[in-house]
Formats: sequence, C-alpha cells, structure tokens
Amino acid sequence: MITVTNVSKRFGDFTALDDVSLEVPDGSLTALLGPSGSGKSTLLRIIGGLEFADSGSVVIHGEDVTGVVPQKRGIGFVFQHYAAFKHMTVHDNVGFGLKIRKTPKERIDERVNELLKIVGLGGFAKRYPSQLSGGQRQRMALARALAVEPRVLLLDEPFGALDAKVRAELREWLRRLHEEVHVTTLLVTHDQEEALSIADNIAVMDNAHIEQVGGPRELYDRPANSFVMGFLGPVAQVDDTLVRPHDISLLSRPEGDAREAQVTRVSHLGFEVRVELQLGDGQPVFAQLTRTEAAQLELSAGDIVWLALTGDRDARLVSEDDRLDAVA
Amino acid sequence: MASLAVPKPPARTRRSLGGGVGPIGLGVATLWLSLIVLLPLAAVLTKSLEGGLGGFWDAISAPSARYALLLTTAISALVALINVVTGTLIAWVLVRDDFRGKSLVNAIIDLPFALPTIVASIVLLSLYGPRSPVGIHLYATKPAVILALAFVTLPFVVRSVQPVLMEVDREAEQAAASLGASGWTTFRRIILPALYPALLGGAGLAFARAIGEFGSVVLIGGGIPRDTEVASQYIAKQIETDRPASAAAVSVALLLISFAVLFAIRWFTKRKDVG
Ligand SMILES: Nc1ncnc2c1ncn2[C@@H]1O[C@H](COP(=O)(O)OP(=O)(O)OP(=O)(O)O)[C@@H](O)[C@H]1O
Ligand SMILES: [Mg+2]
Repeated sequence: MITVTNVSKRFGDFTALDDVSLEVPDGSLTALLGPSGSGKSTLLRIIGGLEFADSGSVVIHGEDVTGVVPQKRGIGFVFQHYAAFKHMTVHDNVGFGLKIRKTPKERIDERVNELLKIVGLGGFAKRYPSQLSGGQRQRMALARALAVEPRVLLLDEPFGALDAKVRAELREWLRRLHEEVHVTTLLVTHDQEEALSIADNIAVMDNAHIEQVGGPRELYDRPANSFVMGFLGPVAQVDDTLVRPHDISLLSRPEGDAREAQVTRVSHLGFEVRVELQLGDGQPVFAQLTRTEAAQLELSAGDIVWLALTGDRDARLVSEDDRLDAVA
Repeated sequence: MASLAVPKPPARTRRSLGGGVGPIGLGVATLWLSLIVLLPLAAVLTKSLEGGLGGFWDAISAPSARYALLLTTAISALVALINVVTGTLIAWVLVRDDFRGKSLVNAIIDLPFALPTIVASIVLLSLYGPRSPVGIHLYATKPAVILALAFVTLPFVVRSVQPVLMEVDREAEQAAASLGASGWTTFRRIILPALYPALLGGAGLAFARAIGEFGSVVLIGGGIPRDTEVASQYIAKQIETDRPASAAAVSVALLLISFAVLFAIRWFTKRKDVG
C-alpha cells in the first residue's frame, strides 16, 4: 500500500500539489487521472523519490520513505519516453538493476529471459533500443522495472507516446500483466478511457488537488462534482441539471414532466446516434441514442420531440459553476 | 594543427550527386584543399626525404630529436588525459550546476583560444617564472610545459563534451536511480558511455594541438635540449641553424603521430557507434 498524506509541493510561487492525500491499495492498479498540468507527474515523482515534497509524508508498505532517496524505495519507475539505456542491449537494459546488485550472471540471464518472455520480447535480447518500436521499448522498460521486484510500480503516461492502436493493445496487455504479477501499480494518465478500461481504482486530479477517488463505475455513476463528471465522459445540461447524454430519452408524445424540444441535427456515429436539440427556451442539448432507439423514432432535423431524464438520479448533478467547458 | 579532413578524390564517373555542389564546387574545394593543405604537406614530405629514408631516420633518431619527439608525445598524451578529467568536470559544472557568474565562466573557457599563445606564455612566465609573485618557480621545468599545454588545450574537451552532456537523457539517469544505481554508478554506466565519442574527440584535438604547440611553451619552457625542449622548439632550432631537412623530418614525424592518433580515435568512435 502507498499512503500519501497532506503532501504539498511548490515550484517557485506555483503550487503543483496542494495538501494532497491518497491511498493506493495493495495489489491494485490505480490510475491517477487528470488534465495536463494538474500535478499527476509531480505526485508520482514524489512517491518515487525523484522529487521531494515541501510538506507531508509518503509511506510505502508501512515504511515512511518521505526523505528516502529513490535507490532505497523499492520502486519501479516507467517514463513516457522510455528512458532506455541507449548504449546497452535489451538484455543489459533489463538486467541493469540486478547487475548493480551484484547478482550472479547466470541468475541475471535466467531472470532477464524470463521477463523478456513475459513482456513478449523473447527474441530481442541482443538488440539495441534504437532497433525496437516504441511499444517494444516501453515493454522493455517495464521488464527493466520489474526485474528488481519492486514493491510498487509507478508508470508516468507509459503509453502516451504511442499511436492509438498500440496504446489500446498495450493497455490490455498491462492489465493482464498486472493480473499475473500483481504488484501494486500507480499509473498516470490524462486519458479517461485508458483509466476506465484498465484501473480498478481511479484518483481524479485537477489543479493540484485530488477531486475524487473510487472505482471506475463509482466515478462514472456518482461523480462528486461537475469536474469529475465532465472529465470522465460526455455531459449534457438540461436547465441546471447535468446528466449523461445517454440518460436522456426522447419520446414522440408528451408524457409526465417531459420537456418539449426541437431536433436540430442527427449524426450517426456507428453504434450510437447523437441527436442535437434545442429546448423551448433556446438552450441547446444533446442526447445519445442507440441505433434501435433512433430507428424507432425516425428522427430528422426539425422534428418536435419530448425529452425525459432516465437513469440513476445519483448520476446527475446540479450545475454549480462554469467548469463544464470540457464537455464533449 | 593537423586536420584529418583529407577527402578521397572525387570519382570521375559520378556525374551529378543528389544535393551535391556540382563539378565546379567540387573542383574549387579540391583545389583549395590542395593549395592550403596537400601542397605544403607534399613539400615538407619531399624535403624530409631529401637524404632518402636513411637520412630521414637519422634525423629523427638523433638524440635531441628523439628526446624532443618522445617528450612531446608523452606530455601531449598526459595533457590530453588531464583534459579528459578536468574538461569533463568543468563541462559538468557548466551544464548541471547553477551559480552566479556562470555565463562569465562559460565565456572564459574560450579565452585560451582567443589569446595569442605567446601572450599565454608571458602570463605564465610572470606568474610562475623566476620573479613569481606567488613563490612558485616552474621556469624551464617539465611541469611548466605541462601547464602551458594544459592552458592552451583547455577548451577542447569542455566544448566537445558540453553539448553532449546537455542532451543526456535525464530520465534515463532517474530510471537508473530508481533501479538502485548510486550517483557514481549512474555516471559511470549511463552517462559516461554517452560521452565517450565526445571525450575521445576532444582529447584527440587537445593532443594534436599540444603536439605542435610552440608559442605558449617557448618562454616558460626554457627549451633546454633533452630536458624541456619540445619538438616544435627543436624544429625551430634546426631551421635557425640551417638544417631544413632535419627540421622537415621531425615535422613529418610529428605529423604522422598526430594523424595516427586522430585516425585511431575516428576508428574507435565509429566502432562505438554501431549500437
Ligand atoms: N521542475 C519544475 N519546475 C517548475 N514547474 C514545474 C516543475 N515540474 C512541474 N512543474 C509545474 O507543475 C505543474 C504540474 O506539473 P505535472 O508535471 O505534475 O503535471 P501533469 O499533471 O503530469 O501534466 P501532464 O499531463 O502534462 O504531464 C505544471 O504546471 C508544471 O508546469
Ligand atoms: Mg505528466
């Protein structure tokens, strides 16, 4: 378990972390999710000892490591840009941590081969990092971090430099690897889809603060505030209620307290259909329907429909401010 | 100072090279190189062989000549080595540390390049000479020669290492630290390998410069035969006493040593680059 308590960090007069506390459960894969500049990397680097907090404490597995150098923290750190040792072969990169621990050569070879197999780089031991693709380099970096059997694995946007397809593959792969290796992992990302798809626990950061911590479902279904709601998925606003656009249903007849609205545009996005509407008072809203629903309604621009809110009441928020610029 | 940029003559059959300068450009470059570098080299080589290979050998194996050549080579190698250590250190401080007056220090590094070498010699003489204000008397000693050569060659390693050091991947160092490597281990195993080509290159240039240095040693070194007389001083003396063939022979010997070292370094760096 990693316990961060009341950590603050300033760079000059800029506050990068403001009294942040966080618990990363043992064996979990926790994501640190937030927009650029929110302080994710700073927090991760403080946990890894690559940066030191101005105040507060960091405890890893019961040991207070607040002032401890990275060498003595028992961590594995993976960087966005691989941080490969360019002049060493893949084998020597992965074996580096063991070699400086004076591990016997046979033992190193054995462990390196085992790890390279796990990360799918079995035949690449003799190559140099420059002879690998980005995805392969990052897998090498992961193997290198895992080689010293760290107590916790810290990943700073490990797939950030890769293209969308490789990203998705590696994401899947990391989740499976985590199920196999089960080392407590903290992963920084600004991609909500990435966080939702692989993490079992997510901490959402904004502006030097942690806004909410919880499971993917909990965060999506019960966001603590409009920032979390907006960052985790699309949001539509009906009067002063914030709601997921798939929690809006459209009716062809008035019913209950359904509101009248006019369709302004219908876009077919494969599986989902996005309907843009205008409420009586001119407020624009959009709804997400499935293909089937849309087909039944036979919608087209100019139609008049009635709009009702469905789904869980807890998934809605009352708009409190103007922080919703980011809605999709 | 010797340069190893002696290109192969252009192949006649190659017509227009993609992005090349065309036949006129090539012609001008070749002509210029020939006039400035190859012709004088050929002249000195011819001169040195005036008395045949035997004469050449006799000239460079005369006791004073041999001593001067050996001394020059040994001291130049030592100076190159000193430069590797101090130059790396200075480059490190300039790149990694922040202190007041850093840009001034950075500018001062180039002073030995800018200063006429005879001025350097006078400066050293007034500081370490017979009337030394600090009480260090090095006039006409080997340490004086080393000091003078270290002074004029200071910028080479600093300036070749500095840009490479700036480009070193800081995250790779942090990765090494997270894997348990101490600062020294990280330096030795992660940073140093990245610096090797620059270090070798800088050391090679410093060596080549030191081996032919004249101005900065001429006053402080004393030029005592078979003690502090370096090859360039020996050559000057041969000219003064009207023995141009002997002067040319020692010159060619210096040139060969210089070439050999630079080529060896080049070969070595190339081999290191395959990774
Ligand atoms: N060494 C530093 N010196 C000065 N400011 C810094 C330093 N490191 C980070 N910052 C500032 O602290 C803030 C948080 O940075 P951090 O790298 O933690 O953000 P992040 O959430 O990881 O963003 P990104 O997703 O863009 O990587 C940023 O505004 C950044 O400019
Ligand atoms: Mg970051």
